[in-house]
Amino acid sequence: MSIVKQAKGFWASIVLAIVFSVVVQLLINGGQLNAFYVNTLFLIGINIILAVSLHLIIGITGQFSIGHAGFLAVGAYASAIITMKLQLPFGLALLVGGLAAAVAGLIIGIPSLRLKGDYLAIATLGFGEIVRIIFLNINYVGGASGMQVSHLTTWPWLIGCVIFSILVIVNFTNSTHGRACISIRENEIAADAMGINTTYYKVTAFAIGAFFAGIAGTLYAHNFYIIQPTNFGFLKSFDILIFVVLGGLGSMSGAVIAAILLTIISTYLQDYPETRMIIYSLVLIVMMLYRPQGLMGTKEITSLFKGRKSVKGGVQDESKHTVA
Amino acid sequence: MKANTPLLKVENAGIRFGGLKAVSDVNLELKQGELVGLIGPNGAGKTTFFNLLTGVYVPTEGSISLDGGKLNGLPPYKITRKGISRTFQNIRLFSELSVLDNVKVAYHSLSKHSMLSSILRLPSHFKGEKEMEEKAIEFLKIFNLEKFSHEKAKNLPYGQQRRLEIARALAANPKLLLLDEPAAGMNPQETHELMNLISFIRERFSLTILLIEHDMLLVMGVCERIYVLDHGQMIAEGTPNEIRNNPKVIEAYLGEEVS
Amino acid sequence: MEFVQQLINGISLGSIYALIALGYTMVYGIVKLINFAHGDVFMVGAFIGFYSISVFHLNFFLALLISMVACAIFGVVIERIAYKPLRNATRIAALITAIGVSLLIEYGTIYIRGAQIEAYPGNVIPDVTIKFFGVEVSSQSLFILGVSVLLMVCLQFIVHKTKIGKAMRAVSHDMDAARLMGINVDNTISATFAIGSALAGAAGVIFGMYYTSIDPLMGIIPGLKAFVAAVLGGIGIIPGAMVGGLVLGVIEALVSALGYSLWRDGVAFIVLILILIFRPSGLFGKNVREKV
Repeated sequence: MSIVKQAKGFWASIVLAIVFSVVVQLLINGGQLNAFYVNTLFLIGINIILAVSLHLIIGITGQFSIGHAGFLAVGAYASAIITMKLQLPFGLALLVGGLAAAVAGLIIGIPSLRLKGDYLAIATLGFGEIVRIIFLNINYVGGASGMQVSHLTTWPWLIGCVIFSILVIVNFTNSTHGRACISIRENEIAADAMGINTTYYKVTAFAIGAFFAGIAGTLYAHNFYIIQPTNFGFLKSFDILIFVVLGGLGSMSGAVIAAILLTIISTYLQDYPETRMIIYSLVLIVMMLYRPQGLMGTKEITSLFKGRKSVKGGVQDESKHTVA
Repeated sequence: MKANTPLLKVENAGIRFGGLKAVSDVNLELKQGELVGLIGPNGAGKTTFFNLLTGVYVPTEGSISLDGGKLNGLPPYKITRKGISRTFQNIRLFSELSVLDNVKVAYHSLSKHSMLSSILRLPSHFKGEKEMEEKAIEFLKIFNLEKFSHEKAKNLPYGQQRRLEIARALAANPKLLLLDEPAAGMNPQETHELMNLISFIRERFSLTILLIEHDMLLVMGVCERIYVLDHGQMIAEGTPNEIRNNPKVIEAYLGEEVS
Repeated sequence: MEFVQQLINGISLGSIYALIALGYTMVYGIVKLINFAHGDVFMVGAFIGFYSISVFHLNFFLALLISMVACAIFGVVIERIAYKPLRNATRIAALITAIGVSLLIEYGTIYIRGAQIEAYPGNVIPDVTIKFFGVEVSSQSLFILGVSVLLMVCLQFIVHKTKIGKAMRAVSHDMDAARLMGINVDNTISATFAIGSALAGAAGVIFGMYYTSIDPLMGIIPGLKAFVAAVLGGIGIIPGAMVGGLVLGVIEALVSALGYSLWRDGVAFIVLILILIFRPSGLFGKNVREKV
């Protein structure tokens, strides 16, 4: 696959994305899309950002993190403070939300360097819970009753952030830096032996992933009028995890498709939360039993249109099997 | 490089895991351009010694230096960047990556384009990636692997996987190449080709090579000097002939089949 | 004296954590799986105990026994259906499955009986305050401690003196070698799940009795904390889980005693992260290196 071709595809998809955003904006303005659809669309956008940001950490770098809601919470609260307490503009809130979450990503990323596999998973889960408990105990942000947030998330901001996050993560993945991350996922010892600074790339993946989760948090907070610590429990983390697992660990388009599908399904099931969770859990179990590689396996959607292409994907490590 | 400084100098190096001395008091010197064998019975500590050299384990005693610069305590990636590269006894390829990308990963530390340039797709990104691709293909050609470039590494036949590991190690631009049983599991024909290849790359890249091998005939055939490790200690060093007749070596292998 | 009372509260709570932690640690020791659903088995145990007492009017010990047997069966069913097919899968796949099973039990329970909280009958065992040396101790605390210790002694006996215990130790040490020695590995793993789940069931009944309110999501937090206890003691090590549980219970009680009760849930996770960073093998564990 030549680099020129890659660049062409890149610009083509950008143009396509812009056309799509403009069309949706016109439909919103014209009133063809009612509030229900607009709301679903916003949810899908936020979930796509969450899915691709976690995809970078789990799918690409192979660091099994199940505390993603913690980063979401940091972004949501940090941005809400910017707009609600300090009365600063929303654009700045996005930036601060992202950066605050990135700092949290660094904080969790650094200790995680010493942990692997399920130990890391548990540590990140613990981190997510700690974040939630911290917000629960800070009166400045409302404690358990939470914080009122104005509705500032608009379609241009939303779709802009979605495109931006996909673009950054795709460009990162398809470069020597992304390959360095994949090599860590594939075989950390070999990556290290090939001169890859594994520490640096693991922390970087956490920081970038957290940054976008923080942006998603900002959009989330300014879409729902209120944020409370209970919104960011580990059920939220599992929701995000399911996007990545269902889509196929290592496939970004898979994560995006899963985020879209599951958001639509859960919108229709929102009056039956138990049913939704039962379906989610059954899907997880059945998926792991019969198709552990997820919907897309390790492939990207682009490879379906090409004869042959080097695809990046698939978490697997021969040393991480359960004993059998 | 000073003429008389050895490329690699290991002095009294060793490691203990808890109370257990896995390797102790090992002395070894490699001169620029040498092809040296490291042999010993199973469990003698050969791979552990490689792990000491490459920083996977940090030596608890002694010192290791490359070109006069100390390596003790450096993380593996820094040691690789200083010029020691290796293969693994149990193949450790990046199985889901393409053959080409496997080699590119090793070339990563030599690339110059920054993360930001890649994310923003600046010209330096395209230039850097192009250079990497050309370099990687060059290495694949040497190993006759270029036709598999876009195949996933895990889909290669076993023998080719071993060759890819060497190609990858070479792409990291080492001065010293450590090969851990490169011919394991190969048939005599493949082994023969591999040995020719090793001689070729040694000349072409002016490499120094340290080779762990189980196949005694092979080691005796290609190596100029041989070190023998037994129970974590270096029990002998010399030319193949000297080693063959060394009573300590014979004793160490007694009970083991001398293959 | 306040301090001593808090200490005793902490020990009671800790012994509940310890009972749950034992199941985590045994299962991890044998199949290297963090059985996320374990906390939910604990919840199911609490409900079975509740129905036994309030609907069938059984006494405490019978309820405890029924709950343990039912949870043992439940644990084996989970293992056979969800985990056994995944023995050769990646650990991540197994972990995700465990999360799925956990969610399924929680929301399945809500689906069946609703999410409402149930109040445990309070008069199951006498609650009197015993005073000695100026310290007031509730008889329930002592009772909990007594039952927990008794169960742990039984477990020690099973693991060290019985044939199945020996098989369990052999399998956790080296599954393939154990199989070659003629040990029925599948049955041994099931037995491990059965014993661990029975202990969780017992912990559920005791918990319900002590804290009086139970609900379908009650297993999540104690389950996670018990896992922290298992890691703290060194995962895979049975005495480690006991000590880890007690230590964690005492730490939490002390944090509450110092007036930071809202932070109590956070402390367990801080302990977890600290232990994972500074001593990932736990208080009693040995470091294991990955073979290169």
